[in-house]
Amino acid sequence: MNSSIIVFPGSNCNRDVAVALEKFQINHQMVWHNETSLPKTDLVILPGGFSYGDYLRTGCIASKSPIIEDVIKHARKGGLILGICNGFQILIETDLLPGVLLRNKKLRFLSKNVFLKVINVENHFCTNFNKKNIIELPIAHNEGNYFADNKILQNLEDNNLIAFKYCDEKGNINKDSNPNGSSNNIAGILNSNKNILGMMPHPERLIDPILSGEDGSMMFESLLKS
Amino acid sequence: MLDPQGKVVSQTLKNMGYKNIINVRQGKYFQIELNETDKEKAKKIVEEISKKLLTNIVIEDYTINLE
Repeated sequence: MNSSIIVFPGSNCNRDVAVALEKFQINHQMVWHNETSLPKTDLVILPGGFSYGDYLRTGCIASKSPIIEDVIKHARKGGLILGICNGFQILIETDLLPGVLLRNKKLRFLSKNVFLKVINVENHFCTNFNKKNIIELPIAHNEGNYFADNKILQNLEDNNLIAFKYCDEKGNINKDSNPNGSSNNIAGILNSNKNILGMMPHPERLIDPILSGEDGSMMFESLLKS
Repeated sequence: MLDPQGKVVSQTLKNMGYKNIINVRQGKYFQIELNETDKEKAKKIVEEISKKLLTNIVIEDYTINLE
């Protein structure tokens, strides 16, 4: 599998993603945002960070970068796209995923581990989570409060397009286990073709016991299989 | 639509004694200088960039004032 990591001014998780891809023997290439075409690639990763200093709205300026046109073409052809944290915000601003990511309800930057329930394992990113569907991953964001109107939320629920929901250690999905105020405890969503995943938690940060956990590994194992 | 910053500003104003505050929403304000003398054309351009870049129409509205 060949992958491209798109790097914007202010991206800061691109190297962590590269380390994770290397560990699972997925070829990767860093692609600067000013490029106009992607190399031959099966998977595009939009990494976390603070592209363009979060000016105007998070992910907004990055969504107008030259490379994005080719990323959209890749999406239309059914190519895989994974947006993590700021990458999720960019996918939202690009209109490849519905809804919006607002400031965290309590107005604080959140940097901690959270529990997630894997809701959909029938997609290229999550098949290996069938072994374990309550996982622990870090979040680190200020704008992760997912919001969409009832029609969009209903569509996500009805068509099983929610990949991850925030929960507690036992898997309870409720207000207390919701760190940022997201509608329906949403932490990650898929597009209708399930070739695009946007998520606020960082799977690339927990891929080795030395990093205090490896629940993120299952995503890279899933991708390798697809 | 929840506007957490607006809510905090609203609560602070109430705490400061402004009892008649009902609600506060926080937004953004852009001053745009255009090289265009035709007011209709200018308005059309600003409409377009408001939709394409300056606002996220899922959660934000915009109004335009020409001077």
